[in-house]
Amino acid sequence: MAALHELTLVQAHEALTRGDVTSVELTQALLARIAAVDSRVQAFLTVDADGALEQARAADLQRARGPSSALLGIPLGIKDVISTSGVRTTCGSNMLATYVPVYDATVIARLKQAGAVLLGKLNCDEFAMGSSTEHSAYQQTRNPWNLERVPGGSSGGSAAAVAAGEAPATLGTDTGGSIRQPAALCGITGLKPTYGRVSRYGLVAFASSLDQIGPMARTAHDCAMVLQVIAGDDPQDATCTGHPVPEYVAALTGDVRGLRIGVPREFFVAGMQPEVEAAIRHAIDVLRDQGAIVQEISLPHTQYALPVYYLIAPAEASANLARYDGVRYGLREPGESYFDELERTRGAGFGAEVRRRIMLGTYALSAGYYDAYYKRAQQVRTLIRRDYLEAFEQVDVIAAPTTPTVAFKIGAHSDDPLAMYLEDVCTLPLNLAGLPGLVVPCGFAEGLPIGLQLIGRPFDEQTLLRTGDAYQRVTDWHTRMPALV
Amino acid sequence: MDYLVTIGLEIHAQIQTRSKMFCGCSADYAAAPPNTHVCPVCMGLPGSLPVPNRRAIELAALTGLALNCRIASDNVISRKNYFYADLPSGYQRSQYDDPLCVNGWVDIDGDQGPKRIGLTRVHIEEDTGKLTHTADGGSLVDFNRAGVPLMEIVSEPDITSPEEARRYFQKLRQILVWIGVNSGDMESGALRCDANVSVRPAGQQAYGAKVEIKNINSFRFVERALAYEIERQVTSLRAGERIVQSTRGWDEATGTTVAQRTKEFAEDYRYFPEPDIPPLRLTEAWVAERRAELPELPDARRQRFMTDYDLTPYDATVLTDERAVSDYYEQAVAAARPRGVAPKDVANWLTGELFRLLKDSGETLVVAAQRIRPEYLAEVQELLNNGVITRTSAKEAFDAAFREGRAPAQIVAERGMAVIGAGDALTDMVRQAIADNPKVVEEYRGGKVTAIKYLIGQVMKATRGQASPQAVQQALEQELTRQ
Ligand SMILES: [Zn+2]
Repeated sequence: MAALHELTLVQAHEALTRGDVTSVELTQALLARIAAVDSRVQAFLTVDADGALEQARAADLQRARGPSSALLGIPLGIKDVISTSGVRTTCGSNMLATYVPVYDATVIARLKQAGAVLLGKLNCDEFAMGSSTEHSAYQQTRNPWNLERVPGGSSGGSAAAVAAGEAPATLGTDTGGSIRQPAALCGITGLKPTYGRVSRYGLVAFASSLDQIGPMARTAHDCAMVLQVIAGDDPQDATCTGHPVPEYVAALTGDVRGLRIGVPREFFVAGMQPEVEAAIRHAIDVLRDQGAIVQEISLPHTQYALPVYYLIAPAEASANLARYDGVRYGLREPGESYFDELERTRGAGFGAEVRRRIMLGTYALSAGYYDAYYKRAQQVRTLIRRDYLEAFEQVDVIAAPTTPTVAFKIGAHSDDPLAMYLEDVCTLPLNLAGLPGLVVPCGFAEGLPIGLQLIGRPFDEQTLLRTGDAYQRVTDWHTRMPALV
Repeated sequence: MDYLVTIGLEIHAQIQTRSKMFCGCSADYAAAPPNTHVCPVCMGLPGSLPVPNRRAIELAALTGLALNCRIASDNVISRKNYFYADLPSGYQRSQYDDPLCVNGWVDIDGDQGPKRIGLTRVHIEEDTGKLTHTADGGSLVDFNRAGVPLMEIVSEPDITSPEEARRYFQKLRQILVWIGVNSGDMESGALRCDANVSVRPAGQQAYGAKVEIKNINSFRFVERALAYEIERQVTSLRAGERIVQSTRGWDEATGTTVAQRTKEFAEDYRYFPEPDIPPLRLTEAWVAERRAELPELPDARRQRFMTDYDLTPYDATVLTDERAVSDYYEQAVAAARPRGVAPKDVANWLTGELFRLLKDSGETLVVAAQRIRPEYLAEVQELLNNGVITRTSAKEAFDAAFREGRAPAQIVAERGMAVIGAGDALTDMVRQAIADNPKVVEEYRGGKVTAIKYLIGQVMKATRGQASPQAVQQALEQELTRQ
């Protein structure tokens, strides 16, 4: 048997079920792995060893009592923008350095209910704003395949932890690509569910109409098991209602015969790394060989996604981040008056990228600009969504690159926010359209992973998972692990 | 030169729901210790999300219907962005482009007779927390009120005097309390208003610059603040000064309005649709359900009381001022009908004796009604109509019913208050009077018919007034004839 930290979630579940290993042993193995490698990877902001071991002991007792759920006793890591009762939740920001939530996000409550073990909180760009985890106020998470490279972002910690064997699966969040891009750059599997599939209650908001929580793991099968637990209506989230949850694992038939796959020509952008394009096209050929029907399609409004995104997301963020005024929680920089204190607190608490986006968003919503910017952006957003819905009349799944290049060097884009924003050009249209997207590893260039992005119909995660799983049954990219020497 | 006055009111009314607008916290915060009716949502904790309170939307729509508005089918909640320590999320959830209710009206008594005041809109929003400034210069904030549902009711600029403004405000309060959407409590801030006023020389078409007066929490103050502000503006205009569009606060202590900010510094609230709350689609069937929930309104009921119950306009007004009183009266009338008692007589008991007793006891009718049940008003009048008791006894029995919560008929029976109009008791007393006054009896028999008046007086004295003079006279005549 492989080392415990190398097990997929499915393998860990089987080992626990057979009694080959206890949850406490598995948890201890992962805590040891974290202790061994995280000083180099720097994925975790908070490791809750005591809490995790206590949950593991409870899970072992629960298992002894009788039938158990799929995640019982499975250790997981959580992106630090998700509210965890009693465990510090920083959002990668100085603003919340000391903030300990009094409540669990719905996804956390569901994981706990299922008996999962929560190892700790994972690094990310501040308030999930970024594509490299360079905007964390705390540390630079590194790409386990090459420690000089970024892991992607904003869920960089969540991706790196899985890639480095520090957790079999993690939760990330995706507002413009923040699950898919780091999954691709770290060579793991990541799913951004349909907007409204997973409750956002307790996800610290960046852009409310785009944010979505999703699983990150080694395989599509693992992602299906986590999604099964976290998905579903939530009376505490008015945007998460009315969509029954299918049996995801049951949908993993391995059969993609007759599946119609569309390949959007607009996604193969100028400046794309040739090895990346080659790997993507090869992955699509593999699916064709498995019986899928591949055709080229067009998503004509793709070029507008980036500007639309950078109006809507900062606009919503400018309001969502207004609550950090130092009055009730988080950082407070004393001042002469409420407004003086407000300015000092926000000036000291937010990093440059967060301040930049708050200013962009404030501007886009200002009197006299609202119609030209925010409102127009919403109109174009409707056109982008229509592109996809029309495409899905002809195809079942869209296959595309996730990023134009492999992971870049730490610091490469730090003077050029626009170049950084271009990282998300292939991922953010899905957030604007509210669609699900699955990334699976499909090759390497320069020793760094490449990810294939599969895009599905609204609330049709099962077809994506089936496609990704079928691909992983005949490829082994997802089984490779970095040497981390 | 004469000046024309144009006034519009924005009334903020808390919607009476059990829970807050976007979370499950109790909205009944008035007596609660600070920050005890709070949760992640109304404290604006990171990651919390609002879920709209259906009942609040239903009650706001009910209000719109009572105010003759059209209910919008597509409703968007927007974020109104501004920073303040009492605003937990850094934005207030409100409505901007698409208010729930539009184009309504209410009828009031205007300065020149009946007048219809137009309503621009009624929209829903959430209340803020409450700041208290301490003596040492600090500030304390209580979030119990944060997230309590509010309606903003905006009138057209149809009001032309401070008196009309007061009457309009009073009328709105009457309707809101009547349909059960607001407590009407102005002291606690459950109902409050801002007034917009402008003044222009007679003959000028364009409106003058608009001045907004904030934080008015009584009928008297709305009238006084507007009177003061109109006087101030007219004086300025007479002196050749220009009125600047601005916001002023009403200062109770000095009885003046004080400048707060001018248009140049007006906030840009950067409204945009609240992404956490999908648009609320209200179907025609849903609106029809609300309409079915709407009770008969005070104006309609007042008209019906005059036509059906033959009440004077004054009585009809008094008996439709408050819903509880009006409903009580209706129950009393329902009990009166089968007893052959006129609604008018019931109204007299209610507005006369009962109001006097309530005033003395300091109770509301709702409280006292647990003792003095509506049918007692009918019952006491029936006893009077049937000659069972005298008017004096009726009042005494009614007082006792009010205090003790027992039926007037029972009280009359127990205390022997029934008119001694027949039977042995009266006969005995009549015989006694005849026996005691032989001279008078002789005079009567001798043809001096008026002498019987003396005997009636003697019997009445003996009954301590519990006999009707007619019955006594009848009994005396019978006895005197018999003997
Ligand atoms: Zn609450």
